[in-house]
Amino acid sequence: MSETTTSGAAASATAASEPVAKKRLGKWSRRGLITAGLLAGGTLVVGVGIRPGHRAPRLRSLVAEGEEALLNVWLKIAPDNRVTAIVPHAEMGQGVHSTLAQMLADELDADWNLVDVQEAPAHEEYANYALGKGFLLGDVDIPRALVGTVDGAFLKLSQAMSLQITGGSTSVRTSGRFAMRVAGAAGREMLASAAAAAWQVPSAELVLQDSHIAHPPSKRRATYAEFAAAAAELTPPAKPRLKTPDEFRLMGTPAPRLDIPAKVDGSAVFGIDASVDGLKVATTRRCPVFGGTVASVDDERALQVPGVLKVVNLEDAVAVVADGYWQARKGLDALTVEWAMNGLEDIDQARIFGQFSAALDLADAEGDGNTEAEAGDVEAALAGAARQLDAEYRVPYLAHASMEPMNCTVWLRDGACDVWTGTQNPLGVRAGVADIIALDAEQVNVHNLYLGGAFGRRFVDDYAMQAARVAKAMPGTPIKVIWSREEDTRQDHYRPAVTSRFRGALDAEGNPVAWRNVYVDKHEPAEAPLIPYAIPNRLVRHVSSPTHVPFGVWRSVDHSQHAFFTESFIDELAIAAEQDPYQYRRRLLADSPRHRKVLDAAAQAADWGAPKPAGTGRGIALHESFGSVVAQVVDARVQAGKVRVERVCCAVDVGFAINPDGVVAQMESGIVYGLSAALYGEIGIERGRVKQSNFHDYRMLRIDEMPVVDTVIVNSGAPLGGAGEPGTPPLAPALANALYDATGERIRVLPVSRHDWGAKFET
Amino acid sequence: MIDLEVNGAAQRVDAEPDMPLLWVLRERLGLTGTKFGCGIAQCGACTVHLDGVAVRSCVTPIAAAAGRSVTTIEGLAEDAGRHPVQQAWIDCQVPQCGYCQSGQIMSAAALLASNAAPTDADIDAAMRGNICRCGAYSRIRRAIKQAGEARNNV
Repeated sequence: MSETTTSGAAASATAASEPVAKKRLGKWSRRGLITAGLLAGGTLVVGVGIRPGHRAPRLRSLVAEGEEALLNVWLKIAPDNRVTAIVPHAEMGQGVHSTLAQMLADELDADWNLVDVQEAPAHEEYANYALGKGFLLGDVDIPRALVGTVDGAFLKLSQAMSLQITGGSTSVRTSGRFAMRVAGAAGREMLASAAAAAWQVPSAELVLQDSHIAHPPSKRRATYAEFAAAAAELTPPAKPRLKTPDEFRLMGTPAPRLDIPAKVDGSAVFGIDASVDGLKVATTRRCPVFGGTVASVDDERALQVPGVLKVVNLEDAVAVVADGYWQARKGLDALTVEWAMNGLEDIDQARIFGQFSAALDLADAEGDGNTEAEAGDVEAALAGAARQLDAEYRVPYLAHASMEPMNCTVWLRDGACDVWTGTQNPLGVRAGVADIIALDAEQVNVHNLYLGGAFGRRFVDDYAMQAARVAKAMPGTPIKVIWSREEDTRQDHYRPAVTSRFRGALDAEGNPVAWRNVYVDKHEPAEAPLIPYAIPNRLVRHVSSPTHVPFGVWRSVDHSQHAFFTESFIDELAIAAEQDPYQYRRRLLADSPRHRKVLDAAAQAADWGAPKPAGTGRGIALHESFGSVVAQVVDARVQAGKVRVERVCCAVDVGFAINPDGVVAQMESGIVYGLSAALYGEIGIERGRVKQSNFHDYRMLRIDEMPVVDTVIVNSGAPLGGAGEPGTPPLAPALANALYDATGERIRVLPVSRHDWGAKFET
Repeated sequence: MIDLEVNGAAQRVDAEPDMPLLWVLRERLGLTGTKFGCGIAQCGACTVHLDGVAVRSCVTPIAAAAGRSVTTIEGLAEDAGRHPVQQAWIDCQVPQCGYCQSGQIMSAAALLASNAAPTDADIDAAMRGNICRCGAYSRIRRAIKQAGEARNNV
């Protein structure tokens, strides 16, 4: 960001000139963090720097080429007084475009009806992929000059913004907090200064509201746009004053989302809707056994299908290019492909879980594994305790199953390449495509369109790389690769299957005194298996047991598995202690007031102690993830051998809900996502490949199964947490705990639909 | 050549008779509001109206639409404004990723055309063929009821 722009008028603030940590970053030291300028046509642009700027001539040429180059600018005010927030994150349903715009618009005191949003284009010159990558890999230190200026949050900022990644529930926490608000506040101060100078009045007498500046004593009033040019001449404030919560006008309110009108009339453009003259459509089949390759292809029949243009052997996959998807699909079905599966075709799900058990047995026998948390002396506490309890839990692989199947359009021609897709990592797509087609990244233009769901799937760019390889075989022709639902299900990167073992111990009063947890395979975030409960002796370890199934981040990543394990086991300890599961947890949270408050809020919303209808069970679970704490109470019953979830009461503390309705929507969404997985979600491996194929055998929750969901927001004032993911983890354990309460049967293996309820629950 | 009416306009398309209506709409007529989700009538993202009845266009051969009238999300509103279902969808802030919503709205509009005051059971029956992976079901239910009331009050 930094030196945004522009036609000569740009000015930059000077940050403290401390030395930077590494020599090659020396140029960072005197660079400004907030910059501003005026575009041709009279648009004021304000940016917040996270990296040094560019030489002016280069900037000018980029600006002259149009808006596409303006990545490092977060705010534009146009002559018609419309404000555009330029956000560096992908809109995949989480509402981030609107929430980030809301943060900027509030600090700017803009009229929400005059606010637009635009996604920043992927351009590494601006987003500084290499530097961000260095931060992530740990080989670059943070320039000290920047630390104080952005509250020491540069590391997080670079992870989320420099890389332009969307995920990890980070957008509001990083870009929103450290860029959008700052850009809005800086713009506001500059406009006020310009107006004060023009009107010859003290700026303290000015009222900025709804995209207008007023001076009540002299009854003058003007639009922001009228002072945009003058504001651009000013030196931006180095540290604009941010509002205190009592001054918020938009933050904390349910401002309507900006993307919704286009999503009700068919005009919203998703990756799959990309359109360009001369477009051809391809569909592909990758070796169904992960890691396998094409041994031979017989394309004679496929090429006879009307509309089929070409069959491309991609070595790990085959692609059929045709006039349209239907013709390509018929062509693909007419292909005869022999696969080389490298012996991996013998692997099945039972063997994978057997492998996990063997790894855990070995760890148990030899006491090894990687220790990630340890307190007290677990073994001594277990040996001396009044009671011991063992439990083993298991969860399956899961696919993401976003509604929009993977797709990507690539048009390669004369030293240039355009890519249209929906991705959580546009710069990764850009770099990867450039590599495949042997162009410089600067020659690749990524147009990131709306994502028809992602949930972590669109972090992985395999589908875009595949499209680039098909396009490379037909240079000059724009190619859209669309995966079938079957391919989408079978070529995902999966939420890992995990087996987790626990041994706990209670003292004579039923208090937990020991907690030992060993599980197979760790990913991230590191804290996922950790518990907030005050148990004096704790040991958490993992062992490695790799499989050939590709790993993917799936909404909440490791939290989705571990919340099920830990919140089921604490429930089992409460039951063993013959205590109320809510009160049991509550007592163990005496030193964790934030968690306790959220737990109480959920219990209260559910009227925890109130009588339940006959046959209904009630379960509770609490989990912290991505800086937010969520508790859920589930009411569920088993009827005619089927589980029916009647109600979910959810309490969430994201610190401060920028858009309360957005947080509620994300809780509803996370709950449904978690419920689909808990009830039905299972990807099974058979002969080395995924057994499931489409929504009939990889089931989703449908509207007739939707429970009543009541969400309570707890604004604790804690640092902002995420909202997109934290609603998912508590659902599965709250459901399992409710089903125990209803039936006395403990679900330790997901999905719940695998459980045989027997004759007892037939009616 | 197959003749049909799409959003009130006559169309003649040169397509093999087994080509699904979905791909004719998206790739031949440029009406990309109708979405591809599963290809086997499991998710409802491709829902359109065929002579006023909600159908899954991914499994409707174009031959079956010959001589008939198709309405897509782009043609749902009768004038420049919004259909009551579309307005209710905005009022209730239903969409998240939005990908399934064209299909949801077309299913809901077909339901309300024949039943302006649907019960929860009516909504379940009419809408259970439409998957929303973002889980907007509570809001969909609320919006359908609101749209029904809006129609009744006209």
